Amino acid sequence: MDFDLSSEQQLVVETARAYAREHLLPRARERDEKEIFPEEELRALGRLGLLGVNVPESLGGSGAGVVAYALALSEIAAADASVSVAMAVTNMVAEVICAYGTEAQKRRYVPQLCSGEAVAGAFALSEPQAGSDAASLRTVAERTPNGFRLCGTKQWITSGDRAGVLVVWARTGASVGARGISAFIVPAGTPGLSAGRPEDKMGLRGSTTVPLVLDGCEVPDDALLGAEGEGFRVAMTALDGGRIGIGAQAVGVATAALEAALAYARQRRQFGRPIAEFQAIQNQLADAATQREAARLLVLRAALRKEQGLPFSREAAMAKLYASEMAGRVCDMAIQVHGGYGYVREFTVERLARDARVQRIYEGTSEVQRLVIARSLLKEFEDHVP
Amino acid sequence: MDLSLTEEQRLVQKTAADFARNEVAPLAAELDRSHRHPKELVARMAELGFLGIAVPEKYGGAGLDTVAYVLALEEISRACASTGVIMSVNNSLVCDPILKFGTEEQKERWLKPLAAGRMLGCFALSEPEAGSDAAAQKTLARRDGQGWVINGVKNWITNGPVADVCILHCMTDPPGPERGHKAISSFILPMNLPGVRCGPPDRKLGIRASQSCQIFLDEVRLGPEHLLGEVGQGFKIAMTTLDGGRIGIAAQAVGIARAAYEDAARYALQRRTFGQPIANHQSIQWKLADMATEIDAARLLTLQAAVLKDRGVRHTKESAMAKLFASEVANRAAREGVQIFGGNGYVEDYPAERHFRDAKITEIYEGTSEIMRMVIAGAILKE
Repeated sequence: MDFDLSSEQQLVVETARAYAREHLLPRARERDEKEIFPEEELRALGRLGLLGVNVPESLGGSGAGVVAYALALSEIAAADASVSVAMAVTNMVAEVICAYGTEAQKRRYVPQLCSGEAVAGAFALSEPQAGSDAASLRTVAERTPNGFRLCGTKQWITSGDRAGVLVVWARTGASVGARGISAFIVPAGTPGLSAGRPEDKMGLRGSTTVPLVLDGCEVPDDALLGAEGEGFRVAMTALDGGRIGIGAQAVGVATAALEAALAYARQRRQFGRPIAEFQAIQNQLADAATQREAARLLVLRAALRKEQGLPFSREAAMAKLYASEMAGRVCDMAIQVHGGYGYVREFTVERLARDARVQRIYEGTSEVQRLVIARSLLKEFEDHVP
Repeated sequence: MDLSLTEEQRLVQKTAADFARNEVAPLAAELDRSHRHPKELVARMAELGFLGIAVPEKYGGAGLDTVAYVLALEEISRACASTGVIMSVNNSLVCDPILKFGTEEQKERWLKPLAAGRMLGCFALSEPEAGSDAAAQKTLARRDGQGWVINGVKNWITNGPVADVCILHCMTDPPGPERGHKAISSFILPMNLPGVRCGPPDRKLGIRASQSCQIFLDEVRLGPEHLLGEVGQGFKIAMTTLDGGRIGIAAQAVGIARAAYEDAARYALQRRTFGQPIANHQSIQWKLADMATEIDAARLLTLQAAVLKDRGVRHTKESAMAKLFASEVANRAAREGVQIFGGNGYVEDYPAERHFRDAKITEIYEGTSEIMRMVIAGAILKE
């Protein structure tokens, strides 16, 4: 047993950290305030191999594995969570095409996602009426002589207006529920696909989140990702991996908040001494550091299990649940340590707290994570415990 | 990064789990009620090599590592937290400092029987007026020719009433060049010496089968061969020892949390309300999901600290994090465990109330949560 990084993992982390500190951090606040989409930054991440960290090199990825991916994502998120969410979704889309795509689909879409040429990938599952209950989605894919015609509306699609490659879920069978759902690869610019106005969000304001309208959007037969009717499984597998990403993002944002609080507590003086010398402040910092470390280990464990080909659904849900809840607490702590300064935009923690909030919601709410965990563990008790 | 266990670690874990389930668990409720020291279980732990797991074989130990120790201790504590702490004290607080700071002669004479379980050890640092502020020692070892004469009172000495040997910390006079915590020294004290007397066992909220007491030292004479380490090194010995001990308490806390969680999960599957098992209700599922998540996180923190210790790397911060987090997890899990059992959680017929009482001590001994936060804050503010 060891908790060390391999030299390759170390290299990926250092690459991500250097880029995050030198190129992302200086303009993170500006992107947040002006809602600037980080297109150039995403292309740069592509050049650095960070858009397909766990994608084989033969398809343009880095082939560095899931642990390296999680660590790199934490570094990017610590500088700018908006960039990290686009990065996370792009990696997820590249990976899901690797996992379920045909050779032709992989060759056509994965390299452009990894290189940054596609700018970003998008994952279109949620709908206005189908959030946590994803299997109740209503978008339909009707058979046409050469393929399918997609009709419906998607909601909360990260990078949906900027992504070169989108994966869209729609109902192909008449049956209700998870069985009749299929996944499709839809390149940007396909007629009938259009993005609505970006949401005016609390946080992650440098990333775009849009509704998508599929109005008779025609795709060929070979747009189908995985088998017909297999879409729900495709989505759930992708989200299992995606949750490791959100866990890593939460660890990154919490790390930034903790470091900001530590730095501020050391220099801010009240009652004749740095506030870092007061136990009231020390206790908050110690709890934050401990919980951040616990979350980091949960994320790394889930990543390692995925990398080793072991079941990791429960572990990913635990990592995502704990890390996102932790990030919310740690960002709130950081604001408290900053006092009034934590409430104004000149200090980073205000943005971090807004950015962290969505981590408890997207890619499966905390409520859904707990259901995933509870089902898995109760099944274990029913199966194995006398 | 590799979270897999070695063949040996897996074997120890399994041996401990089997022993805990078959021999410890059936006695746990009775031991708790009777406040009885589980002599027969300690003897079995000696046979299994659990009393000196990380001590090299040449000194009577099992020759394994801290990771194996943590795995075994979690299993034992899952069945009985009292038995867990008896094991923890002997391994972490007694064998470990002799192994690290003892002379070859001391290892031959004391470590061998302690690690093999022919003797049981205790650790005396706290005093009636020196708890978290451990450096405020009043017990004094006075020079007497080549040896020492010791007077004072030690407090909360786990295993005290049944121990053969004590790792004693106290002030030394003359104290050497420096005062304060640098005047503290450590001794290996045989408990059968004239002038050593144990008070009655403490009547405790939990871990009732682990006996603790005050130790009164009245003109106790020790030869120079009983000094552990050097004069004035005692505070460092105590703190280094506790860095390791906290990993043990973290493992004990993980074990208690698991007990609370596993018992509650099983109960939730068979207890029915509103026409279905309560495990089907989201309110119950949430509790179980949070318990399981936090237990996994606590175990990872504990293992991380254990790995660092095995590597000989400083692990003060990591041990403190593991102990702080795991002890709080144990208390939350135990509280929710009682809640899932409802009224049955409040009575002795079910194990939930014992876990609830047993969990509390993990936030107090071997450094309170408050001290853990001081240690962690000190470390991260320095980084």
